[in-house]
Amino acid sequence: MMSENNILLKVDNLVKLFPIKKGSLFSRNAGYVHAVDGVSFNIYQGETLGLVGESGCGKSTTGRTILQLYPPTSGSVWFNGEDLAVLQGKKLRQKRRQLQMIFQDPYASLNPRMTVAQIIGEPMEIHKTFQGEAKLKRVRELLELVGLNPTFINRYPHEFSGGQRQRIGIARALALEPKLIVCDEPISALDVSIQAQVVNLLEDLQQKMGLTYLFIAHDLSMVRHISNRIAVMYLGKIVELADRNELYADPRHPYAQALLSAIPFPDPFIEETRKRIILEGDVPSPVNPPSGCRFRTRCRYAKEICSVEDPELKEIKPGHSVACHF
Amino acid sequence: MADLLQVIGLETQFKTREGIIHAVNGVSFSLKEGETLGIVGESGCGKSVSMMSLLRLIPNPPGKVVAGTALFQNQDLLSISDNDVRKVRGSKISVVFQDPMTSFNPVLTIGDQVSEPFRVHSDASKKDAMDRAVKYIDLVGIPNPRERLNDYPHQFSGGMRQRAMIAMGLICEPKILIADEPTTALDVTIQAQIVELVKRLQNELGMSIIWITHDLGIIAGLADRVNVMYGGYIVETAPVKDLYKNPQHPYTIGLLGSLPRMDSSEYRRLTSIDGLPPILLEKPNYCCFEPRCRFAVDKCRNMNPGLLQVEGEGHFAACWVNPKTGKEHA
Repeated sequence: MMSENNILLKVDNLVKLFPIKKGSLFSRNAGYVHAVDGVSFNIYQGETLGLVGESGCGKSTTGRTILQLYPPTSGSVWFNGEDLAVLQGKKLRQKRRQLQMIFQDPYASLNPRMTVAQIIGEPMEIHKTFQGEAKLKRVRELLELVGLNPTFINRYPHEFSGGQRQRIGIARALALEPKLIVCDEPISALDVSIQAQVVNLLEDLQQKMGLTYLFIAHDLSMVRHISNRIAVMYLGKIVELADRNELYADPRHPYAQALLSAIPFPDPFIEETRKRIILEGDVPSPVNPPSGCRFRTRCRYAKEICSVEDPELKEIKPGHSVACHF
Repeated sequence: MADLLQVIGLETQFKTREGIIHAVNGVSFSLKEGETLGIVGESGCGKSVSMMSLLRLIPNPPGKVVAGTALFQNQDLLSISDNDVRKVRGSKISVVFQDPMTSFNPVLTIGDQVSEPFRVHSDASKKDAMDRAVKYIDLVGIPNPRERLNDYPHQFSGGMRQRAMIAMGLICEPKILIADEPTTALDVTIQAQIVELVKRLQNELGMSIIWITHDLGIIAGLADRVNVMYGGYIVETAPVKDLYKNPQHPYTIGLLGSLPRMDSSEYRRLTSIDGLPPILLEKPNYCCFEPRCRFAVDKCRNMNPGLLQVEGEGHFAACWVNPKTGKEHA
């Protein structure tokens, strides 16, 4: 499955910096937030790539920059042989049909003044794929597909629970039959029993429609469940990328090791004997990231070279890459 | 060991425009000295409300504790005067809240806020109170405690604020620390730091802990005993190992099934619980999990089971059916 011609999306050295402005009238630049700082990876047709990391590590910004919701500072995003980063206007809009997004907060991502029909129908209207009666028919089909009653078509978002709203968000993302969906923490705002419903739905839809997911989350156990491969991010960089079982069985980067050991298991027998790697301190500020390896300030193995040279993401065995000097 | 806190038949209601919400419907449990009790459930199941009711922190109106007793050191927390309850709250029983971002006052220094419970509950001078704050801020692992006393909350990161919150909760050396989802707003590596910290402090100071969470993962490594709540009831209570090895209520079974297992590399589809949690506009005299339950029988629709002893010492479940056999309990 993983060969060069199966690549659906190729992200190449993507950088996104946010300027920090000081002063109001004659504003000047006071530095940059290094949100995404040179990220490269491939997403293969039909797979789910998990992107994990803690808050502020740049995982959501990566997702949004791929979709060109934020214009990248540099780097390219190759999709179907075209670089999305240089496309503009109409051309970009046409490409975007194939790239959709599911947002984290099902309460904030649906317009409270629009009915379900309008919300799910809007993308079709913009891209003129279905209109009038055909559009409504399609909306009903989509509602059924995501497990909602098609008669709900004229209801407003406040009439639905969190899990149901997330289903509406998924139906909207599916409206244009995309190839790739960026799921930005789609289950973090939901209760445990509802999370499983939504994850199962996403898996069913992937099977049925041959979708490819970029699944962004901080819940590592859920990411492992849904992903084929997983990339771990820290302060704007990917520090490790591997097959899901490989990563959990043999994490090589000290940050990935600590992150994995921090996840609590729902099993008191295992928890009793488990040893945790407890990281010291907090994540440094992305405005002024540490020189060299960004994890060195919290790393148990840090040596001198770490503060001088930034380790590159290198393949240590087929399909398993790590960015660490050791 | 002796019971430190004994709660019997606690009921709390809220008046809303739609009608009366029956948030807590008769909760009874006890807490032993030095014990860690986990309270698990999803949003709206009554886990926080029941604890806030004990401390009389439910705003009235709209909320009201309509029934129940809570015995703590020969006093019923629910019937003593406001003044007496104030003497207990913050000194003998203290709370660490979920959101370290909003539970501090942004215009007072950390030192002022951490030392406040001690100043209120003793006649110590401001200087002594500050010295004590330094001791506790040091205890929770914040470097340079003396210098950080004059910092404001925005100068602390999320994990540090939660540590300061814990220092504030501990400064009067409480008998019971109620931790209301103290790590939910934090990242996993910081969460692990806080959990280790609380375990260490419990060893050193020997208090009892009530840890409220929706995360069955965290509780597995922390608690001695777990109460699972649903629809304002405790639906299952058991020693932690019994609960995970041998869950007896269909809701507990469903919750555990909807979590991905990290210890096996094989793919297993998650078993979700269909449907939605109840709205609780009436006090259910039936099992409120029945609409979502795979095992439901006729009896479930007519009668609320209450906690029944099941196999295993101290293991109770509020279910008419034995989920292993799918038949009613004999």
